Amino acid sequence: MDARRIPLLLALSAMPLTAAADDVDIRALRDEVAQMRAAYEKRIDALEQRLAQAEAKATTAVTAAANAEAAAATPPPAAPVGTNAFNPNVSLILSGLYSNLSRDPAGYQITGFHLPSGPLGEIAPQRGFNLGESELGLSANVDQLFYGAMNFAVHPDDTVSTEEAFIQTTSLPQGLTLKAGRWFSGIGYLNEQHAHTWDFVDAPLAYAAFLGGQFNNDGVQLRWVAPTDTFLELGAELGRGAAYPGTGRDKNGSGASAIFAHVGGDVGASSNWRGGLSYLTTAPQDRQWNDIDAAGAAVTNSFTGSSKLWIADGVWKWAPNGNANVTNFKLQGEYLRRSEDGTVSYKLTTPGSYAATQAGWYLQGIYQFAPYWRVGLRTERLDAGNVDYGGNDASLLRPDYAPARNALMFDYNPSEFSRVRLQFAQDKSRQGVTDNQIFLQYQMSLGAHGAHKF
Amino acid sequence: MTKTSIKCLLATALAAFALPSFATLSILACEPEWGALAQELGGDKVSIYNATNAFQDPHHVQAKPSLLARARSADMVVCTGAQLEIGWLPILQQQAGNARIQAGQPGYFEAAPYVRMLELPSSIDRSLGDVHPGGNPHIQTDPRNIGLVAAGMAQRLAAVDPANAAAYRANYQAFAARWTAALANWEKQAAPLKGMNIVVHHKAFVYLENWLGLKEIATLEPKPGVEPTAAHLSEVLALLQRQPAQAVVRSVYNDPRGSEWLAERAKIPVVVLPFTVGGSERAKDLFGLYDDTVQRLLAALK
Repeated sequence: MDARRIPLLLALSAMPLTAAADDVDIRALRDEVAQMRAAYEKRIDALEQRLAQAEAKATTAVTAAANAEAAAATPPPAAPVGTNAFNPNVSLILSGLYSNLSRDPAGYQITGFHLPSGPLGEIAPQRGFNLGESELGLSANVDQLFYGAMNFAVHPDDTVSTEEAFIQTTSLPQGLTLKAGRWFSGIGYLNEQHAHTWDFVDAPLAYAAFLGGQFNNDGVQLRWVAPTDTFLELGAELGRGAAYPGTGRDKNGSGASAIFAHVGGDVGASSNWRGGLSYLTTAPQDRQWNDIDAAGAAVTNSFTGSSKLWIADGVWKWAPNGNANVTNFKLQGEYLRRSEDGTVSYKLTTPGSYAATQAGWYLQGIYQFAPYWRVGLRTERLDAGNVDYGGNDASLLRPDYAPARNALMFDYNPSEFSRVRLQFAQDKSRQGVTDNQIFLQYQMSLGAHGAHKF
Repeated sequence: MTKTSIKCLLATALAAFALPSFATLSILACEPEWGALAQELGGDKVSIYNATNAFQDPHHVQAKPSLLARARSADMVVCTGAQLEIGWLPILQQQAGNARIQAGQPGYFEAAPYVRMLELPSSIDRSLGDVHPGGNPHIQTDPRNIGLVAAGMAQRLAAVDPANAAAYRANYQAFAARWTAALANWEKQAAPLKGMNIVVHHKAFVYLENWLGLKEIATLEPKPGVEPTAAHLSEVLALLQRQPAQAVVRSVYNDPRGSEWLAERAKIPVVVLPFTVGGSERAKDLFGLYDDTVQRLLAALK
């Protein structure tokens, strides 16, 4: 403040010194100067005050504006939460089943298809009350780059298996997603979906025969979504291939590889669809199965070679205006075709060349006719195809039989989280056996809200 | 064929084959109201794709392939939040391979944090129906919330697309001025609605009730997200004998049977509200949405 006044005062005080040296005049001049000084000082003070006021006003206005904007545009802080706030999402699936089968499932086989005893145990029906597969899932974002999830399945016989345990990127560029760990393969339509989201109690026969129900793999998966308005996704997988149709192995490199492509889109507001084509190759080694030979004796054989599976899949969903709450319809079908080449050891001792091409398909439609109520039909068939046992042709049977099954189901879904299902099926997967089946099932989900794939 | 119709045809053909413009900010809106708001604020700087339409229940949408494709290319996703989209949005985020729209990124915008949430549950249990831990998510039924969200969205648009920040700010200011005027107008028109008793299908209108001073007597759904049952409808009818209501209110996507059943017996009109942009002929944009909402409610009083 003082620094600003100095030049003005100097100028004022320098002026009168050149005037006459008369005392009276000097006194008068001094008074005048003093008055002027006082007057100027007053005015300067006033000016400074106004400046300060203006400055303060401007600051307040800016702050007020900033505050207003902040109040409007900044979300209020989230409620403080404890250290468990970072706990992953937990979801639990509970399911139970009652099965009434008209035929004894002992020694269940799908005629003409060589399933090892492991996967066969998984797909063979059981009579009476059964705890279905219970599932415990944990999932969360790991950090800004990764997401992780794990799913345990608790089986009715008290064994636990790891269905999925994987990490997945969330931040790769260009529509890429990389997954590593154990995961359900992206082949086909149904394979990647958890069993509790299936529309029937059991997997289709073709999935049972060619994938042992569902194929999971330990390895890496890379997916790419194209930057187009029509959905196009390509995927490639490399993995251990320990699950049927592969076998456990102790080798460097990959034991199973797969590629798949999915396309999809909308037709108007009411319909949407997805189609896919997948190819899975595995390299089973000493894959054993129990069979009855041409002489009627129970034998164990094994296969070593390469197994190639093609899957074509399609699903079409309809709901009036896309509002599925009251009525909706879903049509879904898949065609699987497998070629295997290699060596079959009859009784594990007599090797002979082996070549087989087999196929199977299912087609199902699910109609929700009222809120919560759905009815579904599934029809399916397998084609035992051409099987060439080479040198073992005379020892092993090649039944000319096409396994088939038809199923009808009703389910009631009182909420997104619960389902009770009744299913009737006529199963002709075993030659000469017609098994009439009745299933009553519940499936419930607790915990974190599931988000289901299309 | 006239010259104009040939021109029209040519223009349509060109439009059909035109490549998507990369110059604009591509926005995937979970619900049409946020799509409409983003359009108001973004003008020609944005291109919008609405994931749902007014005839769909935003709780129950599937992560269908077309949405995955749009999520893949989106620069920004604008949603309600408060777990309204929990059944489908996480799948889009996980499978679309788009880092920009992940939770926590500027490209992921939720509207709910900008407004004061109502019906925050004091306890959470699935036996209570489809309760949202973050409060009732149907915030767009109060236009004052649109104003609040607009401020936040404009800021976010500027953050995601700084090159056009000035345009977003200018658009917001113009929109806010128009919105304030429109609000005053709606509130004047809606004055007779204050204290009106209504029955609602789903608890989807708490914000509307709070805005206009409507009084919710009952819901047709016995619990949130549970479709009306015959027993519960009878209870509501009995309740209306003691405490009459002037209308049954539902959104376009609700099954009409429950409200019609009750309206017929209680001799009160059904008011079908557009609920969001595109829900009625007049609800072409956000302004039309509330014009129509207020008019439809007023019509029920006559």
